[in-house]
Amino acid sequence: MSKRIDVKDLNVYYGDFLAVEDVTINIEAKSVTAFIGPSGCGKSTFLRTLNRMHEVLPGARVEGEVLLDGDNLYGPGVDPVTVRSQIGMVFQRPNPFPTMSIRDNVLAGVKLNNKKISKGEADVLVERSLKGANLWNEVKDRLEKPGSGLSGGQQQRLCIARAIAVEPQVILMDEPCSALDPISTLAIEDLINELKDQYTVVIVTHNMQQAARVSDRTAFFNIAGTGKPGKLIEVGDTHTIFSNPSQKATEDYVSGRFG
Amino acid sequence: MTATPLTSNQGAARAGDKIFSGAALAAGCLILAVLFGVALFLVVQAIPALTAPAAEIQGGEGFFAYIWPIVIGTLIAAAIALVIATPISIGVALFISHFAPRRLAAGLGYVVDLLAAIPSVIYGAWGAAFLAKEISPAYNWLAANMAWLPIFQGPASATGKTILTAGIVLSVMVLPIITSLSREIFLQTPKLHEEAALALGATRWEMIKMSVLPFARPGIISAVMLGLGRALGETMAVALVLSSGALTASLIQSGNQTIAAEIALNFPEASGLKVSTLIAAGLVLFVITLAVNMIARWIITRHKEFSGAN
Repeated sequence: MSKRIDVKDLNVYYGDFLAVEDVTINIEAKSVTAFIGPSGCGKSTFLRTLNRMHEVLPGARVEGEVLLDGDNLYGPGVDPVTVRSQIGMVFQRPNPFPTMSIRDNVLAGVKLNNKKISKGEADVLVERSLKGANLWNEVKDRLEKPGSGLSGGQQQRLCIARAIAVEPQVILMDEPCSALDPISTLAIEDLINELKDQYTVVIVTHNMQQAARVSDRTAFFNIAGTGKPGKLIEVGDTHTIFSNPSQKATEDYVSGRFG
Repeated sequence: MTATPLTSNQGAARAGDKIFSGAALAAGCLILAVLFGVALFLVVQAIPALTAPAAEIQGGEGFFAYIWPIVIGTLIAAAIALVIATPISIGVALFISHFAPRRLAAGLGYVVDLLAAIPSVIYGAWGAAFLAKEISPAYNWLAANMAWLPIFQGPASATGKTILTAGIVLSVMVLPIITSLSREIFLQTPKLHEEAALALGATRWEMIKMSVLPFARPGIISAVMLGLGRALGETMAVALVLSSGALTASLIQSGNQTIAAEIALNFPEASGLKVSTLIAAGLVLFVITLAVNMIARWIITRHKEFSGAN
């Protein structure tokens, strides 16, 4: 239930502005890959191109290939809706649907495209997804209550439950802990560790300790200056990137001597 | 440097606060006073009609017999207007906010706002002189084919000046209100929730169903209620379009009357008890509008827990 992603020579544009230049990277299945780098270096932008979420912004487009187990996401006739149902996403700020109950939030993606699901199957799926997101014990007695009544960390785990309920191949996380307190962050990090047994996980983080804690491989993005495109500087095993990077810029960044 | 004592009252800085809070309080009280004044005026002026012997009221059967047909007529006209205008308005608003290319959306929004700027007497003239004539073949068809529904009972009015025509004209008049308010609400849907739906693999329509419409629901209700307020109170258009008469179930015969048009048409020549009767009718309209607004509030607050405000 997980696939690898291979990106070849990807350029991302906003209108005429080249935001991310020439990224080639292989993301292994059933592993956690972290994207680190300074603000504005294009790592979130690049992450969004992996499930075509960048297309939500007017004028955003890409050149190059993103292969999901060999299938080009940008091939002719590929529907972004299908892409997104296979490559789930968790956002910076927890965003459960405020008008839905906890249960309906988990089922939101499953019920899309007019899919019908029996109540029994739904119950099983809700329990499995919430357990998969380490949230079941906290919410099992209030599944009909609104998701917006949970704490920030619980809401974020609810969003993860919602993402894994549709059984995606890949889960993208865009700074999933940046709005959370340290304890909630720890809960999410533990969860990421469990998720990689089943899913390919890609996480953008500002927190280098977090990248070091949760990821198997780390990619460092950097930007030469304002108005210049972001670039992938290097990618490798997390241990190597943090202890013995091959690029000077990477070493400066991970050791805090940046800029 | 000397420390500022905690007790010093910096008079100049505080004066602004005091003036502002005083002005805000006065404005708030003024609204209540105006509302209360209007209600008081209506009640005091209406008392003679409400207490007069039944035979002296127009129609000779008392105030209640006089008022209830035109209350029903008012509600029918407003209901027709909303049934037609609400889905169209929401559709147009969604098109402007989520489907149209940006440039087209701006132009379209402007045109819709322009509709709201047309005076109601012009809508009335258009309805009476053009729409009524053009639509009467359709009424004949309805009378011939749909007469099993009491609301389409024939014979259809030859002039087309029916309550249905009035309702259609009203729907055009409330359309811009509902559209522009709904559009504003749709545009305020948090990007976060739209992206949440899209990232799950929702199509654009599913995204709208999952995030935009639930978020906008209280706003849509308020917009519809504002439209209803206008439809209930609209006078000129109905007075010009509707060939009024006794209450009838059929929407395509002439007949029926609304409170506002009844007041407008009769007030200039009224005197004595007749004035009082019309003002009492106005009081009833006031109460209906108030009730509609309170019901709308109630609907909105009932779903507060799920509103997204918490």
